[in-house]
Amino acid sequence: MNVKPINELFKKELVVINMGLESFADNLKDVGVKVLQMNWKPPAGGNKKISSLLSRLGR
Amino acid sequence: MKVDIEKANQEGASRILKAKPTIVDISTAGEAVPGMKKNMILHAGPPLTWDRMCGPMRGAVIGGLIYEGLAKNQKEAEELAASGDIEYSPWHHHAGVGPMAGVATWSMPVWVLENKTFGNKAYCTLNEGLGKVLRYGAFSEEVIARLKWMETELAPILKKALDKHGEIDMKNLISQALQMGDEGHNRNRAGTSLLIRELAPYLVRLDEDREKIAKVLEFMHSNDHFFLNLTMPAAKCTVDPAANIEGSSVIYTMARNGTDFGIRVSGLGDRWFTAPATMVDGLYLPGFTAKDAAPDIGDSVITETSGIGGFAMAAAPAIVKFVGGTPKDAVNFTKQMYEITVTENDTYQIPFLDFRGTPTAIDLIKIEETGILPRINTGIAHKDPGVGMVGAGLVRPPEKCFHDALEAFVEKYGD
Repeated sequence: MNVKPINELFKKELVVINMGLESFADNLKDVGVKVLQMNWKPPAGGNKKISSLLSRLGR
Repeated sequence: MKVDIEKANQEGASRILKAKPTIVDISTAGEAVPGMKKNMILHAGPPLTWDRMCGPMRGAVIGGLIYEGLAKNQKEAEELAASGDIEYSPWHHHAGVGPMAGVATWSMPVWVLENKTFGNKAYCTLNEGLGKVLRYGAFSEEVIARLKWMETELAPILKKALDKHGEIDMKNLISQALQMGDEGHNRNRAGTSLLIRELAPYLVRLDEDREKIAKVLEFMHSNDHFFLNLTMPAAKCTVDPAANIEGSSVIYTMARNGTDFGIRVSGLGDRWFTAPATMVDGLYLPGFTAKDAAPDIGDSVITETSGIGGFAMAAAPAIVKFVGGTPKDAVNFTKQMYEITVTENDTYQIPFLDFRGTPTAIDLIKIEETGILPRINTGIAHKDPGVGMVGAGLVRPPEKCFHDALEAFVEKYGD
């Protein structure tokens, strides 16, 4: 029987890099999983006005 | 797009890298600084009027007027300062820079630097030391007496030694200092030592009283910040040629006057974008706390603007004993600044980062895209006039001036 490679991952100790909402990382930490939270911000810090201005510069 | 922003920014960065800041003379503000007047007070940061000045700026103005003999005491100085007879003008409008309050008057000695690649000059007063000094708003008798000694003995003797030595290549000295643990803003111990090494042989050969020469050497030796008033004009004449490039979003000025923080952007000419100056997160001298602090003040952030200072903190781990944080923070600050700059310096290098060049030429668009603000380290002045220095720390500039500048940039160059 073929074993999908992804299943191999869950036979090892799980180490997670979380990109995005920090609460996802917190949930994993609560159940003892090693998590590295990436220092991440949405483009323009999520400021819609700045995003709109930047789009006018072709960004 | 109306212009090629990428190309314009490469041109701005290239001009900064090509700069050759050089010490060419010591003169006085009245003699050398373009547009200087006897009733003019030069100050740090964007334009400012007496009624909006913070405590240390007012203290420095009071001291400047007493130093010039235009007022006999604080009361007379305050009346004159508010009378309308004194003209206030930012150093940046006169090809110069001033640390902290940055106050300079007609008789004060100034370093004269020239960018040998582009021929533009920059000016700055000589550094008085730390603690109770004019630039931190102190104006007691000892402060005025020190300024007079600097005018009548320190500057003339240094000028004679400099004349015998010949011009001094500041780019060379700064690059050496960075390899010796300085970052050129709040750590200048190596740079000051290197300057003394350059000048000492010429000082001791002067036909001057030996005690006077010894006092000059002692003064430089006792003040680790003596070199700051040289890294600043070196940075100023380095970045000025990057101004007024059509389509460039490179920031060529950041400056604070204790009331406002201001920036100027290459493609937007001489226009200032300002927002209220922020408070500094720092370490305090014994007897002082954050409650005593004035908001962020001074032109010394020109060092960060040119790619040293806070941008080169990875070169100066020991600085955290002065401004706070850990050596790891210092490394991270520098690494983060690569996200908001156009290029890496080809001369100013950081040994700890495998001699990587310092992050150079700040790009307004990258700041706005990433939300990462420039990292600045700075001194902290007491909020009241007449006290002086209370600490040093790290500060984040206000976002608003960058947002406003982006809006104007898009207005001019956007689709």
